[in-house]
Amino acid sequence: MGEISLGQYYPTNSILHRLDPRVKFIGTIVYIVSLFLVSGPVGYLCAALALFALVLLSKVPFRFILKSMKPIFFILIVTMLFNLFLTPGEELAHFLIFRITREGLVLALRMGIRLALLVMGSSIMTLTTTPNALTDGMERLFSPLKLIKVPVHEISMMMSIALRFIPILTEETDKIKKAQIARGADFDSGGLIKRLKSMIPLLVPLFVSAFRRANDLAMAMEARCYHGGTGRTQMKPLTYAKKDYCAYLITALFLALAIIFRVKGW
Amino acid sequence: MPSIIKARGLGFDYVKYTDESENAERVTAIREIDLTVEKGTFIAILGHNGSGKSTLAKHINALLVPTSGTMWVDGIDTAKEQDLWKVRQKAGMVFQNPDNQIIGTVVDEDVGFGPENLGIPTKDIWSRVDDALSKVGMLGFRDRSPNHLSGGQKQRVAIAGVVAMHPECIVLDEPTAMLDPNGRREVIEVIRELNQREGVTVILITHYMEEVTYADHVYVMDAGQVVMEGTPREIFAQAERLKELRLSVPQVTELAYELKKAGADLPDGVLTIDELVDALAPRSEQYADRA
Repeated sequence: MGEISLGQYYPTNSILHRLDPRVKFIGTIVYIVSLFLVSGPVGYLCAALALFALVLLSKVPFRFILKSMKPIFFILIVTMLFNLFLTPGEELAHFLIFRITREGLVLALRMGIRLALLVMGSSIMTLTTTPNALTDGMERLFSPLKLIKVPVHEISMMMSIALRFIPILTEETDKIKKAQIARGADFDSGGLIKRLKSMIPLLVPLFVSAFRRANDLAMAMEARCYHGGTGRTQMKPLTYAKKDYCAYLITALFLALAIIFRVKGW
Repeated sequence: MPSIIKARGLGFDYVKYTDESENAERVTAIREIDLTVEKGTFIAILGHNGSGKSTLAKHINALLVPTSGTMWVDGIDTAKEQDLWKVRQKAGMVFQNPDNQIIGTVVDEDVGFGPENLGIPTKDIWSRVDDALSKVGMLGFRDRSPNHLSGGQKQRVAIAGVVAMHPECIVLDEPTAMLDPNGRREVIEVIRELNQREGVTVILITHYMEEVTYADHVYVMDAGQVVMEGTPREIFAQAERLKELRLSVPQVTELAYELKKAGADLPDGVLTIDELVDALAPRSEQYADRA
């Protein structure tokens, strides 16, 4: 078993890939906020156009963006159906106990568009940023939280170590699975309960090994003078370039536009 | 030459709790160890599993603090809490499992991890990383993920990670135990080069006898004590004693030993194949003359 792709990073070299992760993170938040600010068709059209422009800029094939919709597709449909049938108002049609109202239709459409744009918008961030860069960016963005004793550095260190060990543990799972199959374990038949039970001989050795690795790694880190975030310098510190300031400016303009749309009700 | 590592009467006990009894049991891992390592030398510590050699290694890096006796690294007592990071910078440590000691998701970030912890300015970290990676011959792999490297390459990255901290000495705790023969050779070559070209003091802990032949001085451990010490030649001359300690001598040494026992005129403790050939060659010429 090879490397599993993490998050969903799509490696290519676009201007969006080269942006500072902090910009992309804040940009995504602003985009999500503005989706909930605007409520008219013009606003959604603008948001969709902005998304389209970003996809072009990112050089990520469109099907990768659509793929990000897959896990939430079910939620999307359910949300839309609930809004469609359960909103009181002017009745358009009804059959049996179900009533479709004008307000319900509008709300369902709005919810659907919002959710779809939200997921696709944030997928642009994860498609163009490596999980590691994202961790770094978040550490820097949230560093003010250190003042209220949030262990920001430690959390980000934990995240990046987890990222490093996921492929190793996946490989190990595979190895243990094969070893147990060789000893007569059966992972593929029986009902749900039986299958869950058959996971025990897989999970126990996996946990034992994970703890051993954690112990080894902690020792190796200590041996290399790791003592938390204080007094630590960075090999690859994040620094803003000109394009990052430009991106911030565009983000700010976008937010301003969304606020105007909100006020005008477009 | 000044000594870099000195141990006097070093001992370490730990408390073991067993499932059956409530009582804690005191186990002695090492005891009464005296050790002096001079700057720039290549030291090997031999011993079978459970002989205490890893425990001794962890004392040099102050990962463990002695329960009796004292350990000095470059004149600093490792038991002093305030000098802990100084000791760990001076004595770098490479462990057995290459996967469990690489922290970075990219090779050069991992090598930069130590210098980052030492608070080195960014620009200097880069030059240290470049330098360390080229010393172990891994500069071309700097942007790779460690998961895509072979065991020997991973171990070389781990060595670079220690070299980038500019240590006085490097302790390697069975660095080749999980590698294939090729990886083992790569790692040993890198270690030798660091010792000979850069003058880094090397302390190699191993149970592979072949790796010991390059050492200036060898310590053999058994049951937590140093039981033999001397040059590789002196150690290997005592093949019988090594067997008692459940250690084997290199194949060529073993062959020379058996030949000598059978009456051949050979020196004690032959270490390399070349040496054995040289020792045997005049004899074969002699035979050629007779024929």
